[in-house]
Amino acid sequence: MHRRILLFIGRRRNWSIPYVLYLSFFVLVPLLLVVLYAFTSETGGFSLENFRKFLMHPEAMNILIYSIGVAMITTLLCLLLGYPAAYLLSRMETRKARLLVILFILPMWINFLIRTLATVALFGFLRLPLGEGALMFGMVYNFLPFMIYPIYNSLQKTDPNLIEAAQDLGANPRQVFFRTILPLSFPGIASGIIMVFMPVISTFAIAELLTINNIKLFGTTLQENIYNGMWNFGAALALVMLLLVGLTSLLNSGGSVKAAEEGGLI
Amino acid sequence: MKLNTDNHIITIEHLSHAFGGKTVLEDINLTIRKGEFVTILGPSGCGKTTLIRLIAGFLKASEGKISIAGEDMTQTPPHLRPVNTVFQKYALFPHLNVFNNIAFGLQLKKLPQDEIKKKVMQVLKIVTMTDYEERDVDTLSGGQQQRVAIARAIVNEPKVLLLDEPLAALDLKMRKDMQLEIKAMQKKLGISFLYVTHDQEEALTLSDTIVVMSEGVIQQTGTPTEIYNEPSNSFVADFIGESNILNGIMIRDNLVEFAGHQVECVDKGFEPNEPVDVVLRPEDIYIFEMSDAAQFSGLVTSSIFKGVHYEMMVTTPEGYEIIIQDYHCFEAGRTVGLRIKPFDIHVMKKERHCNAFEGSIWDSSHVRFLGHNFKCNDDHGFAAGTKVKVQVDFNNVILQDNEEDGMLGGVVSFILYKGNHYHLTVLTPENEHLFVDSHDIWDDGDQIGISISPESIRIEKL
Repeated sequence: MHRRILLFIGRRRNWSIPYVLYLSFFVLVPLLLVVLYAFTSETGGFSLENFRKFLMHPEAMNILIYSIGVAMITTLLCLLLGYPAAYLLSRMETRKARLLVILFILPMWINFLIRTLATVALFGFLRLPLGEGALMFGMVYNFLPFMIYPIYNSLQKTDPNLIEAAQDLGANPRQVFFRTILPLSFPGIASGIIMVFMPVISTFAIAELLTINNIKLFGTTLQENIYNGMWNFGAALALVMLLLVGLTSLLNSGGSVKAAEEGGLI
Repeated sequence: MKLNTDNHIITIEHLSHAFGGKTVLEDINLTIRKGEFVTILGPSGCGKTTLIRLIAGFLKASEGKISIAGEDMTQTPPHLRPVNTVFQKYALFPHLNVFNNIAFGLQLKKLPQDEIKKKVMQVLKIVTMTDYEERDVDTLSGGQQQRVAIARAIVNEPKVLLLDEPLAALDLKMRKDMQLEIKAMQKKLGISFLYVTHDQEEALTLSDTIVVMSEGVIQQTGTPTEIYNEPSNSFVADFIGESNILNGIMIRDNLVEFAGHQVECVDKGFEPNEPVDVVLRPEDIYIFEMSDAAQFSGLVTSSIFKGVHYEMMVTTPEGYEIIIQDYHCFEAGRTVGLRIKPFDIHVMKKERHCNAFEGSIWDSSHVRFLGHNFKCNDDHGFAAGTKVKVQVDFNNVILQDNEEDGMLGGVVSFILYKGNHYHLTVLTPENEHLFVDSHDIWDDGDQIGISISPESIRIEKL
């Protein structure tokens, strides 16, 4: 008996059993349940009622479009703010840059709800109104590090010989940037975009807290439906969102998984 | 004279470069003529890459002047210099295909599309890579990448092409083929090539002129035959080809003594009885059955077949080991006679006869040099603080296995076999060179302890 247990543990493929169980119970089964609920009506039985409801319901549709807009603007702002920061970091002495990168990432060690509540308090202290502006601020503030880090990573990995080669072939500093450094950092940009865009679409707490529940994002609608027991409709919304998130990561730089890998995402 | 300088495409005057307080290049003077193939040859860390990077503009010179095509370009940024570089690790742009890699420089010059296409196709033909223009660079082999790198540089028609160990990453067979191709290419294009390598055979094969460098200093500049036949010092003699380097004494003009024998030679102009270095190329020594014609006798201790010739080690009764290459084999254990023709003996002035340092008297029985207080004889008669010249003979420096056992530590940085002993160059913690004669075998890079006995230290007024 004892021997058999040892033999069982000794086989390397058996080590994956806990992970397979974990993935099945917490990822695969819930996903299947989402799909099942989405295609089931209130009364039970297969139906496309939930999707019809979503498509016919202008409010839900508008919220989705608005959420995509917020996510796009957030991503763009993060990119515009994050790229120069990442570029400057990559040019620094490694030791200094590491310290600064840690400082950039430091806020992430605090729960984002606490950070967002603190932002609300900050806006109150500065007598700034909560609303759309505050929402954008909160989004960018929360997700900026996710943009900086992968871009910094790919910039840092750029072979300095390539920059010298470009100079050698007659590129002035501006041309060196646009013809080598920028294109070589595309993988980092791609990862950054995925890492910002995807969570922004689904987040609801930031919108709720920073707009005093005045602005609803798609995540909010989803959460409200589930919270109010509309399991089937909620599941349909979740499936729509999942599809959207999947599409973004596919569209990003031609669906290049390699790019995301290089950018340090996977 | 005027005509001559017009012909110079690169002129380097008194160029020095220091990095982190350490001198990497010291007072480099070099000219490269139009259409000349110049090779900078030296071991790793000799400053050859620094020199090429200074010419390309990637580094700023601490001192001196670099002129390219008659213009002072010492301060010119790299993108404005009329030179192009082939990098050691190719440095091809991974985000561009072969065509766009090669077209990179031309596109920056805003040349019309059809002209770019024509030029790129032309160079692809020169590097025998036609039909590869659409390929991704990371699908190419090392040799192919190297060809693209060369094409990318020469398409810009530089005044000088700089090549930084371009073949170092290729295997031997590929390297040999590429050497010939590079040489042919250079002849065809007619542009000057400045080629950096640590491979002496490569340098001898390719170059019109070889510049031998060591420790940031040019040791010798000359044609391959000059460098090979008339090395200017023992470093060059040892670095280029195989050679026997022995201590000798120049008795008088045309007569030199080494390995315990006086031998006729063709060198003159030395002081009577001046100590010299004698260089004998292994292929210049005649080896035969012991007979009256022999100048030296010896016992063959090893004999190895090297493909074309045999390489034999012969030990003379006086205890000197001499390497000989010959088409005939003399097996180990045989007694042989050796003879060297007068003009095959190359006599070089010694760079130094003993270690000499600047130091200062510490107290009545200590003198400070090399950053350490050495015990010395107390009869020097100088007051404390006096600046003095300290001399130590090569064979009076004691080397120890353990760094801690020595009065100070050091690293063996260069080893020269002198037939019956080793002449070592040891780098001290303060980056000074200490020269040591030793019968023990040490390795390059060995950490050692250095001791000098009080009796061996000679102190003189500066």
